[in-house]
Amino acid sequence: MTASIIKLDTTAEDHHIARMAAVALGLTVLENAIPSPLPGVKPGLANIVTLIVLARYGWRTAAWVSLLRVVAGSLLFGNFLAPGFFLSLSGAICSLLVLAFAQHLPSRWFGPVSHSIYAAFAHITGQMLVVYVWLIPHAGIAWLIPVFASAALVFGAVNGLIAARFMDNAETANDLADEKST
Amino acid sequence: MNSHELFRAAILPHLRPGDWLTLLLGGACVVLLALNLWNGGLADKAIIRSGGKIFREVPLSHDQQIEVLGPLGISVIAIQGRKARIASDPSPRQYCVRQGWLQQAGEIALCLPNQVSVELAGSRKKYDSLNY
Repeated sequence: MTASIIKLDTTAEDHHIARMAAVALGLTVLENAIPSPLPGVKPGLANIVTLIVLARYGWRTAAWVSLLRVVAGSLLFGNFLAPGFFLSLSGAICSLLVLAFAQHLPSRWFGPVSHSIYAAFAHITGQMLVVYVWLIPHAGIAWLIPVFASAALVFGAVNGLIAARFMDNAETANDLADEKST
Repeated sequence: MNSHELFRAAILPHLRPGDWLTLLLGGACVVLLALNLWNGGLADKAIIRSGGKIFREVPLSHDQQIEVLGPLGISVIAIQGRKARIASDPSPRQYCVRQGWLQQAGEIALCLPNQVSVELAGSRKKYDSLNY
């Protein structure tokens, strides 16, 4: 039997996206180690990566990173095509749709914190829709919405702040490096 | 560095004016959701059941005492100030009496041994916490 080699032609951009998705995946794994008081209330640390990628490389790259993270994460945790996977997927898709609009907000006024909060609200909206339409078609889940909404506000703001700090600090570091080199 | 300085250094420089607006909108959204979804709605009437059948539906608007005869004896249901409770009951463990005043639509007190229950209902039927 001859060994066959499958070679995919990859571009530098592919590698870049894979690297970012890997970072996001690492944060997902980290997050799964944090106990949660209520199933579904999670900080969503991986979205910090999505926010940074969105600000630096645009929506298309951010969408790749976010969706790759969802698929690869589900393979890693063994819930690919299980309910949890579709919850993550619907949340990620809704977030990305909202980010597609939110990224056009004037950047002088609205930063990553706004993007993050809007995306977090979109995320729970998508998830609650899947829960209601597919998993628990009962009006009783409405009682959980305020809990999820406050979690979205808090974690959205915190993730946005982390992303904003990361980018602002990187910018200052770059400026300092520029000053030194000139 | 105290916590106030930390807050100024770590958070404020990274928030743009619109971000405050977003935070405010998000907060308002959460408050509105909680007010709308967590408020069971004001109750208008008490539905009294005996032996699984509706015994009487009484409005909460005027105060009264209702006596219901069950297999163990008489349960007394009191309605006062738009609230209702089971004032006395022959059941051995007195769970329904100890439940106290019911105020919001959807609340219910059950005296299983005497087969008597009081449920508050609003103008629209909320979901049933027993079936959930």
